[in-house]
Amino acid sequence: MLVVPARPDVAAKADESRLAAWGKSLRGHPLVGPALALLLLIIVFSFASDRFLTATNVSLVLQQTLVLGMLALGQTLIILTAGVDLALGAITVLATILAAKLAVGGVPEELALLLAVTLAITASTLNGWLVAKVRLPPFIVTLGAFTVLTAVSYLLSGSRSQTIPKGFLTLLGQGVSIGGVFVSWGIPTLLAAYALFAHILGNTAWGKHIYAVGDNPDAARVAGVRVERTLIGVYAVAGLLYGVGAWLSLGRIPSADPNAMANIALQSITAVVLGGTSFFGGRGKVLGTLIGALIVGVLRNGLTLAGIDSLFQDIITGILIVATVSLDQYSRRRST
Amino acid sequence: MRLKFNASSLALVAIAMLSTSAFAADDAVKIGLVTRTDSNPFFVKLREDAQAYAKTAGAEIVAITGKTHDDAAGQVAAIEDLTALGVKGILVTPSDAEALNDAIAKARAAGILVIALDGRVSPDSAVDATFATDNLQAGVLQGQWVRAALGDTAPRVALVDGTRGTVSTRERHDGFLKGFGLQEGAPEIIAQQNISNQAEAQTALENFFQKDPTINAVYTVYEPAAVSAHAVTSALGLAGKVAIGSIDGSCDGIKAVADGQVGATVVQFPGKMAELGVQAIVDYAKTGTKPSGFIDSGAVLVTDKPFEGIASQNSAWGLKNCW
Amino acid sequence: MSREIDMTSSPAIPAGTILAARALTKTYGAVEAMRGADFDLRQGEILAVVGDNGAGKSTLIKSLTGATVPDSGQIYIDGIPVRLTDPTQILGAGIGVVHQDLALSGELDLVSNLFLGREIRKPSFSGRVLRTLDRAAMANVAGEQLARLGLGNVSLTTPVRKLSGGQRQAVAIARGMAFGARVLVLDEPTAALGVRETAVVIDLIRRIRDNGVSVALISHNLPQVLEIADRIHIHRHGRRAAVVAPAETTLREVVGVMTGIDEIAA
Ligand SMILES: Nc1ncnc2c1ncn2[C@@H]1O[C@H](COP(=O)(O)OP(=O)(O)O)[C@@H](O)[C@H]1O
Ligand SMILES: [Mg+2]
Repeated sequence: MLVVPARPDVAAKADESRLAAWGKSLRGHPLVGPALALLLLIIVFSFASDRFLTATNVSLVLQQTLVLGMLALGQTLIILTAGVDLALGAITVLATILAAKLAVGGVPEELALLLAVTLAITASTLNGWLVAKVRLPPFIVTLGAFTVLTAVSYLLSGSRSQTIPKGFLTLLGQGVSIGGVFVSWGIPTLLAAYALFAHILGNTAWGKHIYAVGDNPDAARVAGVRVERTLIGVYAVAGLLYGVGAWLSLGRIPSADPNAMANIALQSITAVVLGGTSFFGGRGKVLGTLIGALIVGVLRNGLTLAGIDSLFQDIITGILIVATVSLDQYSRRRST
Repeated sequence: MRLKFNASSLALVAIAMLSTSAFAADDAVKIGLVTRTDSNPFFVKLREDAQAYAKTAGAEIVAITGKTHDDAAGQVAAIEDLTALGVKGILVTPSDAEALNDAIAKARAAGILVIALDGRVSPDSAVDATFATDNLQAGVLQGQWVRAALGDTAPRVALVDGTRGTVSTRERHDGFLKGFGLQEGAPEIIAQQNISNQAEAQTALENFFQKDPTINAVYTVYEPAAVSAHAVTSALGLAGKVAIGSIDGSCDGIKAVADGQVGATVVQFPGKMAELGVQAIVDYAKTGTKPSGFIDSGAVLVTDKPFEGIASQNSAWGLKNCW
Repeated sequence: MSREIDMTSSPAIPAGTILAARALTKTYGAVEAMRGADFDLRQGEILAVVGDNGAGKSTLIKSLTGATVPDSGQIYIDGIPVRLTDPTQILGAGIGVVHQDLALSGELDLVSNLFLGREIRKPSFSGRVLRTLDRAAMANVAGEQLARLGLGNVSLTTPVRKLSGGQRQAVAIARGMAFGARVLVLDEPTAALGVRETAVVIDLIRRIRDNGVSVALISHNLPQVLEIADRIHIHRHGRRAAVVAPAETTLREVVGVMTGIDEIAA
């Protein structure tokens, strides 16, 4: 905790009630709700199936959450600017198709990936440009991009999945076995991305600007933040994350499928909102999104292990969304 | 293939394609073709074969596709447009069993021959005839093969079903259980899930085998799911110990059979449906005779591990007849 | 800072006028927000700007601080004509502003708000490569700044949306003052505050003036204005209707000019 140096009395006061303050800040902390929800699910499922809380299954859930987790990270950045990205699945799918087509056509896999990531960045940057410069609503811009890019994916792929051989493009699906538990390179990749963006949002000027732009763009502009540049930058960086998401996806299933990720835009929004980020921008933490994505993955895995119909996943996820947001609203009203 | 791909609840996937051969002779028989979506190679193949066959038969295809797999409204509009255009006959792969009936009735009242391809409408009599794969029969073939592949081992079955609520999903599922000799809800069924793309199939299968690694038979509604079943089982060191069956006849699917990843698949024939449909309309234009009833366009089991008493073809044959 | 300076000095601006405007106009569609507005802020004074809702006070203040570009007219800093197109331009000229509705970013804490758009990075590797902000250095400056304004008991680390209205306004003023401002422009700083909080903010404004800072204070609270201001600029229908000294006028008279019932020569 930072203390005003000129006023030692404040420091003393803070010291004396540190414990109480700690408890209070924990109660008001934005990650407590999502973390408790995840913990609760884990406890319930470990009673429901003795195969749930095993190292193998933990690894499995992580593998299954990689792509969603990476895309939801980009979605978090965009939602923090009071935007939303409906195109992220379409961008990612198109990147997988381009990479697979190029690689199968004889382009070196590293170059194929580079071009696919460049495509993802370009597409998302264009969205950001339309949002920032032309001032179109993000919902409309990304809905349009979703529509166009989905069609382009079908055209480029001839509506067919393109299978690719094992290699650099599937690298993130390979990994090591630690004590018999498979850990793919995708897992440290995802965790590193979250650590990096937790740092960027929490400790850098750009991170502060993202929050400020999402909270109140006019106030940010008047304070000297270059709002348009910040916005375009966020979409560009999100595009980079989608490119990495495409790489993760090819690692998980060595096939570029134009039908893939049809629902991932909504799933990523679900993960972001479950993670406590405000849908209206300016407030949230990327770590919350990681927890949110894990909630989605744990629910899917746990209910299957418990032998419960998959429709209940949707029912429970929906209830969780509304519950976390109400809890958040409630605690906010109390804390202000 | 017939898996219903729910493009997304936001879906406005705009790839409506209107392909008219403007240079066809004026006296060519005009045939309307209304497919479900171009987001599926099955329908792309069906259209391409229809166009190729029409050329040799002196007919002209006006092709319109729905925007998504479930775009019944788009198909209704397409049928109305084709009726106004005055085509001789309409081939439609219905996206809904009943939603098209009014538009079809108006077309038939205008003297147009209407044939359902690939799927049924309800009642069957709403169209002049239906040329389609018998999905129940296709499921039966898969079920018989998987059961035979298990030999004397007690079955422990996992089911990867298609999009919930569609006719083909249900018919294939029911057919599989029938061919296998299982009742719905039998204790031998260890796990079941509906999926709508390969990533979902893979996740479901991983969770199935995490739940119970003793699963030894996997039903899949289409071939990418079967390929994932192979990936999941071989990662667990169970490759070759699990009988994996599928349905569809895509060339990638047959290759997976040839490579030994998938035990058997059931091929359906979009090209055959197209050919039968175009021929029927050309005949109708020339002689006025109408086809009627349900005409099975065939389903053939393809496997390199044939069993006595189950008719099948090998993968080499499959590769020549895939789509 | 990039202000375009026209070096011909303007005889129209009296000496000792630190911030001035002549004949500003601005239309929003059919609305004429400014119709030839003039403005003069003298060295070391508190100038109150009063006027009816919609008279164009905020538009004037935004034009004076680069948040809005007027359609025509001229702005002068220290008698020198300037063209302001960007809100950061005035920082170099030592002008701080607290806008009516654009004061703070609620989710950021006090330190981040104070330094928004002008953050300090760590000098080390971590600052150069990882772009890590120097929280300690910024908190130090913030703490000193707050202490100087007598606001030492505002938390540096809670999101400002969780602060009371008075505290938020104090933080906004602290930001306006943060970088050596010699002019502070405040747009309705007490409009949303209770009586006690208003008194605290007014007291703060007085102290700032006593430190030699010139203050332009837009306010609705006429009794308060009469008490605190050195001069009163009365705004009506998009232009300056009059300037009066509190000692030589009454509440009635000010209201009369504001509403157009009476006219006084400036
Ligand atoms: N950004 C804007 N767009 C459109 N109209 C505006 C805008 N800003 C101010 N106005 C209009 O200009 C007039 C003056 O507004 P303002 O300067 O805010 O007055 P005051 O601060 O004196 O209440 C009002 O009629 C207001 O509606
Ligand atoms: Mg105002």
